[in-house]
Amino acid sequence: MTNGSEPGPNTPSTPGTPGTPNTPNGPNTPATREPAPPGTRATEGAAASAGISAAGAAGPPGEASAGGAAASAVDGAYAPRRAATASGLPGASVRGSSVVGAAGPKERPARVPNVRKAAGGSGPGDRSVRRRAGARTPWLYLAPALLILAALLVYPIYQLGLISFLEYTQAQVSGGEPTTFQGLGNYRTLLADSQFWQVLVATVVFAAACVLATLTAGCALAVLLTRIRALPRLALMLAALGAWATPAITGSTVWVFLFDPDYGPVNRLLGLGDFSWTYGRYSAFALVLLEVVWCSFPFVMVTVYAGIKAIPSEVLEAASLDGASQYRIWRSVTAPMLRPILVVVTIQSIIWDFKVFTQIYVMTNGGGIAGQNLVLNVYAYQKAFASSQYSLGSAIGIVMLLILLAVTLVYLRLLRRQGEAL
Amino acid sequence: MSLPSIRRPWRLAAEASALVIAVVVAFPLYWMVLSAFKPAGEIQSTEARPWTLSPSLDSFRRVFEQQEFGRYFLNSLFVAGVVVIASALIAFLAATAVTRFRFKFRTTLLIMFLVAQMVPIEALTIPLFFLMRDLGQLNTLGSLILPHIAFSLPFAIWMLRGFVKAVPQALEEAAYIDGASRTRFLWQILFPLVFPGLVATSVFSFISTWNDFLFAKSFIISDTSQSTLPMALLVFFKPDENDWGGIMAASTVMTVPVLVFFVLVQRRLVSGLGGAVKD
Repeated sequence: MTNGSEPGPNTPSTPGTPGTPNTPNGPNTPATREPAPPGTRATEGAAASAGISAAGAAGPPGEASAGGAAASAVDGAYAPRRAATASGLPGASVRGSSVVGAAGPKERPARVPNVRKAAGGSGPGDRSVRRRAGARTPWLYLAPALLILAALLVYPIYQLGLISFLEYTQAQVSGGEPTTFQGLGNYRTLLADSQFWQVLVATVVFAAACVLATLTAGCALAVLLTRIRALPRLALMLAALGAWATPAITGSTVWVFLFDPDYGPVNRLLGLGDFSWTYGRYSAFALVLLEVVWCSFPFVMVTVYAGIKAIPSEVLEAASLDGASQYRIWRSVTAPMLRPILVVVTIQSIIWDFKVFTQIYVMTNGGGIAGQNLVLNVYAYQKAFASSQYSLGSAIGIVMLLILLAVTLVYLRLLRRQGEAL
Repeated sequence: MSLPSIRRPWRLAAEASALVIAVVVAFPLYWMVLSAFKPAGEIQSTEARPWTLSPSLDSFRRVFEQQEFGRYFLNSLFVAGVVVIASALIAFLAATAVTRFRFKFRTTLLIMFLVAQMVPIEALTIPLFFLMRDLGQLNTLGSLILPHIAFSLPFAIWMLRGFVKAVPQALEEAAYIDGASRTRFLWQILFPLVFPGLVATSVFSFISTWNDFLFAKSFIISDTSQSTLPMALLVFFKPDENDWGGIMAASTVMTVPVLVFFVLVQRRLVSGLGGAVKD
């Protein structure tokens, strides 16, 4: 809601009395408010799928009385969203609305009571007053968060970008030499460095392997959880929560110890003698991968399990009554309904595994022998703090930032396609 | 969803494999605690027995005596405590703003919060180091607290959204009809209702702060009295021979508070995740 559409700044004095819809400015509210809701909804529609909610909401004003028309349009826009949240598996029901044909009948039942309420004239009126009263309130509430984020997130990102364009080493930090602008010089150095490419490839492959393994383990165990009785389920849940709660650094130390060539139980058990896992490049990566999967599959498992439980049993029963096989039910009913949740856990896993730092740093002792186990994060850190090449470290940081930004954009796209309401 | 009708032998097999997996998943933690209690001689043995007949507190004693471990523990606790409380309150206000109000740039802000979660904080260590140096915060706990508040906020806001949204609009309207002011509604009605969500959210800020090792390593460079636990843990890694008993004891001390916290809020955590993922 813009400040511009607010009739007067003195209205904030009425926050205590929004319950009285017949305030003097009641009648003209729809008129002054008229331009605003479409604007709000347009942004919302953009976030949701193809502006269906806007189209769907355009209907009810006609049915409702003239006085409550604008208000009920607002209600209509919100109703599907609220109904979706209440339905238990909102992702699925919202998803349905991405098909125009399916949108109408699905949303209508949810909207009708609100329209009636609007016609009654009591509900929406107070909302309009409160809305006007609180034009500045949301910004007041947001102020601390925005201040902190601006100072400690946005400003550092700007600085990171700046440093990546400068010549910035120990000499400049201590003030011995003036900082000089390098343009894309640092990036050129980086792109010409074969080690950078090697690390980049290692990071992508390692992250992909981690994501794949985590998702496979998490989803398989989530399905397993639905097939077993309470006691074994509790045991598996507790074990997973324990792994989830373990700090990355202690998890790393414990796994290194488990695979220790001299005293670790794993080599004894497998009869590997004094085989050193951290010596070879691939075995070291494999060890880190095991630890990463161990501490990140519980998130996937618990989330997917919660998603499966949220699927209404009637749907599954209907499918099996229609003679669908277990596999068919999974492929045609469960999986599509789980898709929103799967998207979330996949993207989260990608982001987490791409940023792995502590595990690599601790388990391979700062990047492995001759840097064989470096990933971008550790590489940037080593460049900056171990060899004082702050500008090169920053350039690597910017590369990471851009890659993760690309992943995020894909994520936002997927959310939008699913009609997820923000 | 009701249990799908699968045949009995299959279910037994599934349950057996679930138990085996649970044991495998829990094994590293078991081994950690076991090794912390093993006497030095058994740890250095090449037999690696999965039990011990003579538990001892030697390793713990070594950990607490060797350095100011207790102090590091309190430092870690202090940093995590401040971050949890501050970020919970700030995130609560922000989540209320983005869920209970419609205003311009609301969607933009939400997307920004989402994008902010993706920022690799490790990459920001470099500019943050210079920022902290300019603010004179290097070697202080403040240099750990401030960035962690900032980095836990976006996820906390994103996750709290679901909880704030779940409080019915009618309740808010009823409160205003009864004459409650906005502030009163916020703190006396909304806050208690959202509290379970705040707890679930704080798990994440607690863990990320408690686990932090990079900032502690980069910003606390010379004043070891301001060190936190992860740094203390690394002291036991020695180039020639790692003191595994000490490492495992220190790891146990570091893991237990998180485990306790996790178990306490476990129920809310799962429902909270449901909320975060669902809406």
